[in-house]
Formats: sequence, C-alpha cells, structure tokens
Amino acid sequence: MSTSAVVMMVVSMTLLWGGMIAAMINVHRRPDMQREPDTGRDPAEGTTQD
Amino acid sequence: MSAQPREQWSTRAGFLFAAIGSAVGLGNIWRFPAVAYEAGGGAFLLPYLIALLTAGIPLLILEYTIGRRYRASAPGSFRRMWRPAEALGWWQVAICFVIAAYYAVILAWAVRYVGFSVNLSWGDDPDGYFYNDFLQVGDEPGAITSFVPGVAWTLLAVWLLTLVVLWLGVRRGIEWCNRIFIPLLVVFFLILVVRALTLDGAFDGLDAFFSPDWNALTDSSVWIAAYGQIFFSLSVGFGVMITYASYLKRRADLSGSALAVSFSNCSFELLAGIGVFAVLGFMAAQAGVPVDEVVSEGIGLAFVAFPQIVSQMPAGAFFGVLFFVSLVAAGLTSLISIVQVIVSAVQEHTGISRTRAVLIIGGALTVTSTGLFATDGGLYLLDAADHFINSYGVTLAALAVLIVVSWYLRKLPQQQAEADSSSSVRLGVWWRLCLGVITPVVLGWMMVDSLTGEFSDNYSDYPTSFLLWGGWGVAVGALIVGVVMSLLPWRRDDPPSPEREPLPATAAGGAAGATGATPPGTGARPVDPPAGAAFGPDPGRPPRSSDDEGTTEGNH
Repeated sequence: MSTSAVVMMVVSMTLLWGGMIAAMINVHRRPDMQREPDTGRDPAEGTTQD
Repeated sequence: MSAQPREQWSTRAGFLFAAIGSAVGLGNIWRFPAVAYEAGGGAFLLPYLIALLTAGIPLLILEYTIGRRYRASAPGSFRRMWRPAEALGWWQVAICFVIAAYYAVILAWAVRYVGFSVNLSWGDDPDGYFYNDFLQVGDEPGAITSFVPGVAWTLLAVWLLTLVVLWLGVRRGIEWCNRIFIPLLVVFFLILVVRALTLDGAFDGLDAFFSPDWNALTDSSVWIAAYGQIFFSLSVGFGVMITYASYLKRRADLSGSALAVSFSNCSFELLAGIGVFAVLGFMAAQAGVPVDEVVSEGIGLAFVAFPQIVSQMPAGAFFGVLFFVSLVAAGLTSLISIVQVIVSAVQEHTGISRTRAVLIIGGALTVTSTGLFATDGGLYLLDAADHFINSYGVTLAALAVLIVVSWYLRKLPQQQAEADSSSSVRLGVWWRLCLGVITPVVLGWMMVDSLTGEFSDNYSDYPTSFLLWGGWGVAVGALIVGVVMSLLPWRRDDPPSPEREPLPATAAGGAAGATGATPPGTGARPVDPPAGAAFGPDPGRPPRSSDDEGTTEGNH
C-alpha cells in the first residue's frame, strides 16, 4: 500500500471508529431511560384507544 | 374512550440496536465501497464526513425529536405538528410500501444464496447462474410472462418471518430481533474481513480503495455522491426514525443517540469497504488484472462477483455462507423497520389492533412483492422502482419535510428545545443552519442533478414506456397515495397532543419543549418565531415572552 493510502486508512479508522467509540461512551455515561417510569406494554397495540 | 400507553423500548440499548439495525442495510455493504472508490478513494472521506456532520446527523436528530415529541407514526406526528403536513407522513408511508415490496425480494435472493454457497451451485459461471438459471430474467423490461417459484417460496418465508417479528411488537419482536441480528452481523463481518485481509492481493485492493485523488474534490458530483450516500444509508427521509423515536421515553438522550447511531452506521460502512476491497484485490490478483477492472457494486457485487471470489477462496463455501447470512441479517433488520412505518400508521389511522394491521399490511405486501418481483420481469422492475423511488420519493419527501418544518412552520427552535431538554449534547445554531440552509440546498441540488441526467438519457437505457410506469409512475403514485390518504378521516379520536401533555423536569435543566404550537387538527399556521431571528430564537436562552417557542417547561 502506498503511504498516502495508509495515512487515509488510519485517518478514516480513527475518525469513524473513534467517533463511534466516543459516542457510545457518551451514551453509556448517561443512563437516562432507566430512571424513567416504565409505561410500555408488551406486547402492545400502539396508541390504541378503546 | 381512554388512551392507552404507547409501546416503548425496554432499554436505550434496545432502541440503539433497532435504530442501528435500520440504518445498517444492504447499501452499507454493496453501495458504499464502490461509491467511495469512484468518488476519490481516500479523499472521499472529507466530503463524506462533512455530509455526515451537516446533513446526516442533523436530519437524524430532527426525526428523533419529531417522533419523540409527537409520539405517533409519521403521518400522526406530522398531523399533530400541522394538520396539512399529514400528507408528508402518508407520502413516506407509501414510499416505505414500495421499498419494502422489492427489498424483501433481495433478501429472498440472499437466503437462497446461503444454500447455494454450501455446494457452490453457481459453478464456474456465477453471472449466468444468477440471471438465467436463478432469476430467469426475461429479455424485455416491463414484460411479465412467467412466475419464478425458486424466488417466490423463499420470499414467502421472508415475509412470514418479518411479519411474525412485527406481530410480536416493539419489545418482544423488533427489539429482540435486533439484539440478536446486529451482534451476529458484526461478528460475521469481522470474521469475513479478517479472512479477506489474509488473501493474496488484499492490500492491493485496500490501496485502490484508500489512495486519495484530491482532484476529485473539485468535482461537484463527488459532493453529491457523499451527501447521497450519507442520506440513503442513515434511513432518514422515509419515516423510519420518526416511528422508532415515537417509542422512546420522555427523557431519552436524542442527540447522543443520533451520534451513536450515525457513527455506528458509518463505522460499519468503513468495515464493509475494507472487506469488499480486500476480496476485490484478491479477485484482481487471481485474474491478473488491475483492481479497477473488477470493481462492482449492488446486485452485481453480491450475487455475481462475490460468488466468483468464493469459488476461488480456500474454504470458500464457509465464507460464502457467512457473507450471505450477513446480507440477510443487515437486510432483515432494515426491512422490519420499513414495514413498521406502515403498520404503525395504519394501526393509528384505523384504530385496529396490531395483529390485524400486521395481517392486512403483510398480506398486501406479500401479494405485491410476490406478484411483481418473483417473476421474469421482476429484476427490471426492481431496478427502476428502486432508482425512482429513492431519487424522487425519499429525497423529494425529505426536502418537502425540511421546507415545511424549517421554512414554513419555523419549528426548528421548538424541535431544538425538544432535543436539548433531555440530550447529553446540546444543539446550537449550527443545527438550525444545517437543516434550514445546507441540507435543503444540497437536496435541491441533488434533485436538479438527478433530473438533468434523467432527461438526457433513459435510466439504464430502459424503454421510455417502461420507465413511465415502472419508474416515474411508482414515484408519482406514492405522492398521490400520500395526498389521498391524508384526506381520509381518522377512524378514532386523535390522541392528546404534546402541547397538552405535561413534560417531566429535565436532567439537562433545559426547556421541555412545550410550546404555543397550533392544536392538532386546526390546519392553521403555528406561532412564528420573533422577527429577525434566522430560524427562531436560541432555545438555550431564557424566554422573552409567552410567545417564545420551546422555553416554557410543563406547558399544557
């Protein structure tokens, strides 16, 4: 592989995979949904009205 | 009549798996590598990242905020935002119907190829095997003269599995399906990529893939390709993310989730690009030709080039099975999300149960896709419908949504407040600038560019008569269906709008997004932001008056 191709491969991996890891860490550090009361039904019928 | 709680994801991980499963589809595997290669190789990263940051992520966040705020299907959400906008939602539902009808057929092919891989059924002629023996493609586009049972029965099985998942509901069906298939997809693809990198010529393929052609950045078509790739691969523009976000809890982190989903999607694309070009390098080395002579994409890559590579690889059958199972996993999770858009909309519109909605929608889709695409003319119709519904359905609908939401209704400040009320990453003026200016301009540019090409040459050199009904007819038909559906009365009362629902106090301490928007059903234009604001006031600022949108917590 040429030097420029290796550089672009490393840059791509760093930005995209690094971005994914950073985004996942950010999400993991905010346990937002667990603190909220669960109002869902399972299995549910969506927003039906009886 | 008493309103029942809406279905919800059991955990945020469940939502993320489902959203990633929707975004990661066949296009990630067979479209991105070729697009990147042809649009400057390594240099494509620059427009690709800019497109991700200025269009992909902002659009994804917008759809999340619409879904979470209005807590309804795409038509229901747009109806609650502004009644005439309901047509946009039904247009997206009609687009989903078309896409689901042919997308399932490709999945059926992939399922059959899992079996074909075991004994390398295509022999030494994968091209002839796929087009002649398996699909029995006819000579004339638009002519349907015979049924192809080998595709039809697999297609029925694909639909059965999809409908069972949807019938099980958001948690037990969609969420669990994605929890199984997405990790499976990643593991299988990692094995494939590692194996591909050990093949002769693999690094020549990677060299071709990553070598930058910086001159390409001065070509406008490269930028259009980058925005198009980001746009189509993130599942934005046809109501999927609105529908999925409508099952989120009130405090869900919208912008953080959007970043996680979009970067996961792009990360998988990069992984697919590495895997695909490694095997293309191997293929070129075997044939003794340069890599650019073996580059292919789409159906040709998956069902012709890859089988050829599998035949040449040591333990090829095993890797063929892995590849086609990966295709099935990626496609199935996307198909489920597309059909859920339709099921959710019909269920809300008619008030029928999920079981009945799944049976009715599933029945219609099964008949349509089997009757049209499991035939000798199916491939031509699939190709034309795919091109036109994406170019003049998904793109145009997204453009219309942006114009209505950001330019006419001026809802971006309100939606920004909705996102900021519970998100880890607060949005700034850049978000409104991207959605109010950059993305509409780019989508409009894509539309003009696409139309120019359409009128200079017939798509794929198909006859005009065929394109009129198989391409333009499909795209225009979806729009007409959308408008007609929006005129039909809803069979049940409209559920409470978020304008009247109390919102919880927010962890971020920001505005809860309750605004003085128009009550649903009135059709009147909602309150405009103060004059002089580019796209309304910054929701992070304190309210100046009772008319400021998105600044009053707990409005009713």
